[in-house]
Amino acid sequence: MNNEPANPEQVLTRPPRTPTQDALNSLIRNRSAQVGMVILAIMIVVAIFAPIIAPYEPNAVLIGKENVKKRQPPCIHLLGCPVDQPQHIMGTDGNVRDQFSRVVYGSRVSLFVGFSTVGFAIIIGTTLGAIAGYVGGATDNLIMRLMDVLLAFPALLLAIAIVTVLGEGLINALLAIGIVSIPVYARVSRASVLSIKELEFVTAARAVGVPDARILGKSILPHVLTPLIVAGTLGIATAILDAAALSFLGLGAQPPMAEWGSMLGAERNQVFTAPHLVFFPGLAIMLTVLGFNLLGDGLRDALDPRLRK
Amino acid sequence: MFRYIGQRLLAAIPVLIGILFITFAMARLLPGDPCRAMLGEKATDQICDAFNERYGLNEPIPVQFGIYMRDVLHGDLGESYRYGKPVTDILIERLPMTIELSLAALAFAVLVGLPLGVISAVKRNSAVDVGTMLIANTGVSMPVFWLGLMLAYIFGLLLKDTPFWLPPSGRNSSGMILPSLIETWNLNLTSGPAYSVLMFLSNLHLFNSFVTGNWPVFVDTARHLILPAVALGTIPLALIARMTRSSLLEVLSQDYIRTARAKGLRERVVVLRHGFRNALIPVITIIGLSLGALLGGAVLTETIFSLSGVGRILFDAIQARDYAIVQGITLIIAATYVMINLFVDVTYAFLDPRVRLG
Repeated sequence: MNNEPANPEQVLTRPPRTPTQDALNSLIRNRSAQVGMVILAIMIVVAIFAPIIAPYEPNAVLIGKENVKKRQPPCIHLLGCPVDQPQHIMGTDGNVRDQFSRVVYGSRVSLFVGFSTVGFAIIIGTTLGAIAGYVGGATDNLIMRLMDVLLAFPALLLAIAIVTVLGEGLINALLAIGIVSIPVYARVSRASVLSIKELEFVTAARAVGVPDARILGKSILPHVLTPLIVAGTLGIATAILDAAALSFLGLGAQPPMAEWGSMLGAERNQVFTAPHLVFFPGLAIMLTVLGFNLLGDGLRDALDPRLRK
Repeated sequence: MFRYIGQRLLAAIPVLIGILFITFAMARLLPGDPCRAMLGEKATDQICDAFNERYGLNEPIPVQFGIYMRDVLHGDLGESYRYGKPVTDILIERLPMTIELSLAALAFAVLVGLPLGVISAVKRNSAVDVGTMLIANTGVSMPVFWLGLMLAYIFGLLLKDTPFWLPPSGRNSSGMILPSLIETWNLNLTSGPAYSVLMFLSNLHLFNSFVTGNWPVFVDTARHLILPAVALGTIPLALIARMTRSSLLEVLSQDYIRTARAKGLRERVVVLRHGFRNALIPVITIIGLSLGALLGGAVLTETIFSLSGVGRILFDAIQARDYAIVQGITLIIAATYVMINLFVDVTYAFLDPRVRLG
C-alpha cells in the first residue's frame, strides 16, 4: 500500500490536531477504555430503559398473581425450565419479587450514587484544594492538615460513622461517601494549581490586574480538569462500592428500594439456600465498578501525554 | 536517617491530636441519648442522671474533652456502657482477631500479588500477563461482602464432602478449646501490664497455638482464616499486582537495566536484583494504603464470616451509641493507620537515599 500522500502540500495544509483530539484518539484506541465504555454504555442503556427491559415492576409482589414461591431459583424457558412456569431469569427474592427486574432498576440507583457523590466531592474538594494551592501559607496548612486528618481514617469506617451521626438512608450515605472522598480531589487540585500558578500566563494575568478569583476560575482551573477527570472516574468506582457496602450493612438505601447492596444484604443469610439472590446483585455491582475502573485507567493513559506512544 | 524518622514522628503529632478531637466530637454527635439507647424503656430520669454522673456525661463538653485527652494519655480509653468493662479489656479480647485477619489477608495479597506482577511484567503481553491483568481488574471491582459470601457458598457448601471444604464461619470449630498462655504456663497473674500483654497474645489464636504446640487448634484456626483472608485480601492483591507490573515495566526500560544486561548478567539477576528492588517504592505505598482499606473491609468481612473482631464490635457499638467503644476503636484504628503511613515513609527512606537526603 502506498502511504505517501499524493501531494505534500495537502499534509501541510491539514490543520494540526488539538491536544483534545489527540487525547480522544488515543482514548478510542485504548483497549481498557474500549471495554470500559462498552460496559458503561450497556449500564446506561439499561438504566434509561429500565421500565422497558424489566418484565415486572421492581417492587411488585407476585404472590397470588402467579404460581411462584419465594426465593425460587432462576427459571429460563430457553434453558429447559418448563414453559408452564412463569419465567424469572434471576429467580424471585424473599418477598416474591422478580429479581431480574430489581437488578435492572438497581442500575439507576448505582449510577446516580456514583455521579452524585463524586460530583459533590469534586466541587468541594477542588475548591478547597485550589484555594489552598493558590493562597498558600497558613490557609494552605489549615486546609491540608484537615484533609490529612480525614485521610487518617479508613474511608469506609469514616463513612459509617458519618451516616450514624446523620441517620440512616440513601441520601445521608451519599453525603457521607461524598465527604470521605473530598481529600482526594483537594490533593489533586492543589498539586495542579501549585504547578500552574507560577507559569507566565498566570503572572501576566495578574500583572494586567485580573482579580484573583477570576484568575483561579478562568486561567488555572481548566488545567486542573485533566487529573480531576481521571481521579473522578476512578472515584465513581470506589463510591459505588462504598455505597453498596453501606447499604449492605443497612445504613444506606432502605427497603423496598431496589439497590444492589441492600438487596444483597437482605438475603445474605440465605446464601446457602438461595445463592442467586446474592450472586446477581453482586455481579451487577462488579460489572459497573469494573466499567468505571477500566475507563478511568484508559483515560489516565490517554490524557497523559508522557504515556502516549 | 534517625533525623528523618524524628521529623516524621513530630509531623504525626498534630494529626493524632486531630484524630482524638474528631473521635471525641463524633461520639458526642451521635444522635440519641446513650442512657436511653442502653437501658431502653426502663430508663427513668433518675436512673439516667445516675448513669450520666457515673460516665461523666453531665460535665460540659470541653471538660469532657480535657478528661478524655488526659485519660487517653494514661492509656485509659474509658468504660463501655454496654459491656460494663474498660475499653482496653475489650480491645485485648477483640483486636487480636482483627490483627490476625488483616495480616493473613495482607500476606495472601503480597505473596500472590507480587509474583503475579513480576511475572506479567517480565512476560509482557503473554497469556499469563493478560490473565493476571484480567484477575487484577475484576479483583479491584469486586465488593468484599459479595466475594466473601460467594466463597462461603462455594467452599462451605458446594465443596462439602470434598477435601477442599473450608469452614464458612466462625473463628474455631465448636469444641476446640484454646487455654490462655497464662493457664498453659501456670503463671500466677491476674492483672497488670504483663497480664494484659499475655492475654492479648493468647487471643492471637495462631500465635498462641503455635507457641504452645497445640496443633489441632492451630490447623483449625488457620482453616477458618482462609476464606475471610482471601475475601479481604483480594482487592489489595489486585492493586499490588497491577502496581508491581507497571512499576517494574518502567524500571526495566531504564538505561542501567540495559547496561546490566549488556555486561552479561543473567536475566534473573537483572530482573530481581536490579529491577525489582527499584520498582518496590510505589508498591510499598500501595501496600501501606491497602492496610487502611483492610481495616475498613474488616467490618464487612467480620460480619459475613461471623467473627467478633473490632470491626464488628465497632459497628455494633455505633448502633448502640456506646461512646467509649466507638472512640477507643476508631482512635486505635486511625492511630495504627497513621503509624503505618509513617512506617511506609521510613521504608522509602531506607530503600531510596534520595528521599532522606533530599
